[in-house]
Amino acid sequence: MSAAVETNDLGRNFGPRTALSGVTLSIRAGEMFALLGPNGSGKTTLFRILSTLLAPSAGRARIGGCDVAGEAMAVRHQIGVVFQSPALDPQLTVEENLRCAGNLYGLRGADLAVRLRAAAGALGLSERLTDRVQSLSGGLQRRVEIAKCLLPRPRVLLLDEPSTGLDPAAREGLRATLERVRHESEVTVVMTTHLLEEAERCDRVAILHRGRLVACQTPAELRGRLGTDVVVVSGRKPEALAARVREMFGWPMSVRGERLRVEVPSGGDAAGRLVSALGRAADSVTVGRPTLEDVFLELTGEPLRGEGEA
Amino acid sequence: MSGKRGLFFRPTLALWQREMTRFVRQRSRIVGALATPLIFWLLIGSGLGESFRGAEVEGGFMRYFFPGTVVLILLFTAIFSTVSVIEDRRDGFLQGVLVAPVSRASIVFGKCLGGMTLAAAQAALFCLAAPWAGLPLDGAVVLRLLAALLLGGFALTALGFVIAWPLESTQGFHVMMNLVLIPLWLLSGAFFPARAGLWTEWAAALNPLAYITASVRRAFYGDGADLGLVPSFGPAMAVTLAFALVMFFLALRAVRRGGPESR
Repeated sequence: MSAAVETNDLGRNFGPRTALSGVTLSIRAGEMFALLGPNGSGKTTLFRILSTLLAPSAGRARIGGCDVAGEAMAVRHQIGVVFQSPALDPQLTVEENLRCAGNLYGLRGADLAVRLRAAAGALGLSERLTDRVQSLSGGLQRRVEIAKCLLPRPRVLLLDEPSTGLDPAAREGLRATLERVRHESEVTVVMTTHLLEEAERCDRVAILHRGRLVACQTPAELRGRLGTDVVVVSGRKPEALAARVREMFGWPMSVRGERLRVEVPSGGDAAGRLVSALGRAADSVTVGRPTLEDVFLELTGEPLRGEGEA
Repeated sequence: MSGKRGLFFRPTLALWQREMTRFVRQRSRIVGALATPLIFWLLIGSGLGESFRGAEVEGGFMRYFFPGTVVLILLFTAIFSTVSVIEDRRDGFLQGVLVAPVSRASIVFGKCLGGMTLAAAQAALFCLAAPWAGLPLDGAVVLRLLAALLLGGFALTALGFVIAWPLESTQGFHVMMNLVLIPLWLLSGAFFPARAGLWTEWAAALNPLAYITASVRRAFYGDGADLGLVPSFGPAMAVTLAFALVMFFLALRAVRRGGPESR
């Protein structure tokens, strides 16, 4: 089985600025794939190249074997694109938006009507068909957008930050929807995200940092890269805590905010020793497996989210 | 199925339909595009009526200014139907159209047909008042008028598209409207006739809007009337057609190149 999406040494410059460089990856048909990175990591540039909206300045990208730059129309027949701000007309009703989108793919008549009912049903929009899009919540609009993209039965669904602007319940609903759609329509799902919980649920995650691909593995494999447990000690004077831990145990560690992260082979054992050694100087001691955030930090030397970002 | 060429007819129709539905649902646009020129015509026409003298304004300024007002309605409706391009392209409806297997020509054509229909319809509605301005309507006048309104509406929508496409915000659009389009309209013979030997003669000869105004004026007055420098109906329509084609291809080229964020 050939790859659904393939990029080879892909790069893109904006004037002197390099937004993307040397990205080579291969996404299998039916895979749920995340492009993870903070703002400015190049994931949106990659998304725009795959959506045929932006031509690469180096290398190439293929979807279903067709070149995104040279055979853009053939690529457009195979992709459904869900944008961060829904590509819907707020003045039109849900049905009018879906009908218009179907027409853009040459769908019409009974065929379009059947697909429209099916897509609306699949996304729980059957009762909303006559509502104007502007009256819908962000979560519902995202669902209309996905229904719209499924009408032409794409082979690859590209989503740009699909959880942005959604509350936690709507995010959970979206995730379940994507999972179901993927199994029912055998579609390959590729999404950009800066949310770990979103990436965590994908089959594979590509981590982008400053326009470069730094890793591309399953979430488990990525966590396995650290191969250790993480003990997080929080307290008001993390630097002082770090000094004591370094002196007493010599474990590798890092300080972030009011928290001290210690990497050890066996978390439970280390936590007990830390509690007795630090006493009341530590407010809490927690043991955990490394998260994708830890992996991101390890790979890039920078935290995934900036201060104050949700 | 996955042809190299994009789809054309069905998408064009769908995009045209969308323009119609939107317009009907935004009542403020109907009022803005029709009421503003109407008020201009009534206030300026009656206020300045006494100060204008000359062969071209025979029959009073209200009569002279009527075709000019028709062109202003065309201009407002056509141009404002393209403002949506700016936001639509960056984070709205148009993003989805651009990633669909739709011929780029159909994207421009659908928009221009939409703007043309709305502009011509609103202008035609206003033209029903022509007899009160001393411009009688008969079969020949109506036919010429419809042709002039449709072609003018198409040309102005395409012009609006070319202006709107590279802009980042709607503020820029209003600057263009006030600094370029309104002056072009003022110098088009809509408001006062161009006089031979003055710089306004050149301004009118080089101004594409002057040919739209001329075609509408000739539609009402006929080619027999002595209108000074105003070209006859045929040549005015021919120049407008050429202008419409140039604008259409410029718009098409812009869409093929992508937006400002692609550079």
